[in-house]
Amino acid sequence: MGKATREAYGNALARIGKENTNIVVLDADLSKSTKTDTFKKDNSNRFFNVGIAEQNLISVGAGLAAAGKIPFVSSFAMFATGRAFEQIRNAVCYPKLNVKICATHAGITVGEDGATHQSLEDIACMRVLSNMTVIVPADERETEAVIEWAAQYEGPVYVRLGRASVDDVMPEGYTFTPGTSTILQEGPDATIIACGALVGPALEAAKELNNNGIACTVVNMASIKPIDAEAIVKAATTTGAIVTAEEHNVLGGLGSAVAEVVAANHPVPMEFVGVKDTFGESGTPNELMAKYGLTAAHIVEAVKRVVTRK
Amino acid sequence: MTTLTQEQLQLVEEKAKAIRASIIRSVTAAKSGHPGGSLSIADIMALLYFLEMKVDPKNPKDPNRDRFVLSKGHAAPALYATLAEKGYFPKEELLNLRKIDHILQGHPDMKYTPGVDMSTGSLGQGISAAAGMALAGKIDNAGYRVYAVLGDGELEEGQVWEAAMFAGHYKLNNLTAFVDFNGLQIDGDIREVLSPLPIPEKFKAFNWNVIEVDGHNITELHNAIESAKAFTEGPTCIVMHTVKGKGVKEMEGQAGWHGKAPSAEQGEAFVNEIMGV
Repeated sequence: MGKATREAYGNALARIGKENTNIVVLDADLSKSTKTDTFKKDNSNRFFNVGIAEQNLISVGAGLAAAGKIPFVSSFAMFATGRAFEQIRNAVCYPKLNVKICATHAGITVGEDGATHQSLEDIACMRVLSNMTVIVPADERETEAVIEWAAQYEGPVYVRLGRASVDDVMPEGYTFTPGTSTILQEGPDATIIACGALVGPALEAAKELNNNGIACTVVNMASIKPIDAEAIVKAATTTGAIVTAEEHNVLGGLGSAVAEVVAANHPVPMEFVGVKDTFGESGTPNELMAKYGLTAAHIVEAVKRVVTRK
Repeated sequence: MTTLTQEQLQLVEEKAKAIRASIIRSVTAAKSGHPGGSLSIADIMALLYFLEMKVDPKNPKDPNRDRFVLSKGHAAPALYATLAEKGYFPKEELLNLRKIDHILQGHPDMKYTPGVDMSTGSLGQGISAAAGMALAGKIDNAGYRVYAVLGDGELEEGQVWEAAMFAGHYKLNNLTAFVDFNGLQIDGDIREVLSPLPIPEKFKAFNWNVIEVDGHNITELHNAIESAKAFTEGPTCIVMHTVKGKGVKEMEGQAGWHGKAPSAEQGEAFVNEIMGV
């Protein structure tokens, strides 16, 4: 297991923020958990705790951006995108202000804290906002690359990060470009398109399927918006079947974004691995992933189903 | 503290009158909009843009300019009338308020309109953005000041108090917020709808410097702004006792004129009344 993406975020922010003095970091009393405290250590003059006040967190970020700063604002995904949704819409996306919303503890791998803290809707909520870019990095290396890119890009960005350790999946020398995806392996029978914490299990599933005579393509779709439509159409055309996998509600997330492209361009059978329109509960991350259908075994079953529908 | 000269006072009063007339003309032409709460802030708008703020309509994005955030964004006609009067865009544009393919949106929009420093309209958010701008000024040791105008009904938004706590905590002494205390919101008297009173005590409790003034008295407003500039310990809130619809007798103190446009005949009569014709 590699580092959690939140850990990578804190390190990247500390490194990049040291050189780029236009970067200002805001947190809402969760800096030890979101890892923005890593930035704070060497840059305390550009770190501000807004307290437990997420609406103000986002809008102060908007004001900083309007005055020329590059604010990185962090909280848990639930509160950053849920509590402050309208602030993000009206004060960040509508005026297209340069605010980076880097939210951690997304999905059910939050674990023991339970459903109130497990955001399963944030990809859906953020991708419907015009002017918003939505990124779900899969591992440490990708998180570093995404934060590097976000600091350079002018405009609103949502980065979805996790609490738990994830597999290292991205190749050395990787750099992030929005609207592109990464093919991690190629096979003719079906394509698994995954993001975030489900990329590791997708690779594991592909290995297992290979032993059963089904050779899959595996794509890491970190850029949910803009999405890599070209890669999706190519996957549909060349493999004829697609399974999506995400640590999010199946309604409105990665699967929906992929299905929109597939339906409009090259309809093929699809299966959706994700949380099936329900809330989570307390438990260990592994127990929850198993109970809510987010393991390699669930991806294997979905691929087996989808190839019979070709 | 600098005292207002007779010439300055006269200039601001003339500008306030012109702004009021423009508010009526634009809202009448648009056939919708919010005249009541626009007229109540005409005096502070005239004072800020024609005397207090360091701004240049030729260079609206100057990084060192003073900033203004209309947190009560529905009073956009007052902001637009002021910006046009100041020369940010031609006054004829005011007659295209709220019209498709034009620059004056129903609520202030920093992308469409030169001189608008922050897009607002959803209440409670502008004051946070103003605090963010003030914080940026502090980080950079820049000399600019940030001004925000809030509605009294707007104080019912919880976010206002998140922002108040934040600005007080970080001692943002370059931030001055005005509360347009006209006592009325859409559904009626603020004391009856959901009372935000007492207002001064609330801001004091969040460690703000608080000054109460007659919001239609230019001298009192100017002196309050001078005190705010001299106060180094934190932000200042200037509670302006105002009359909704100020300047048009038929509109004064009437919640019904919060979001209603005058007819063409009414509009003409109201402009004449304002200009003393």
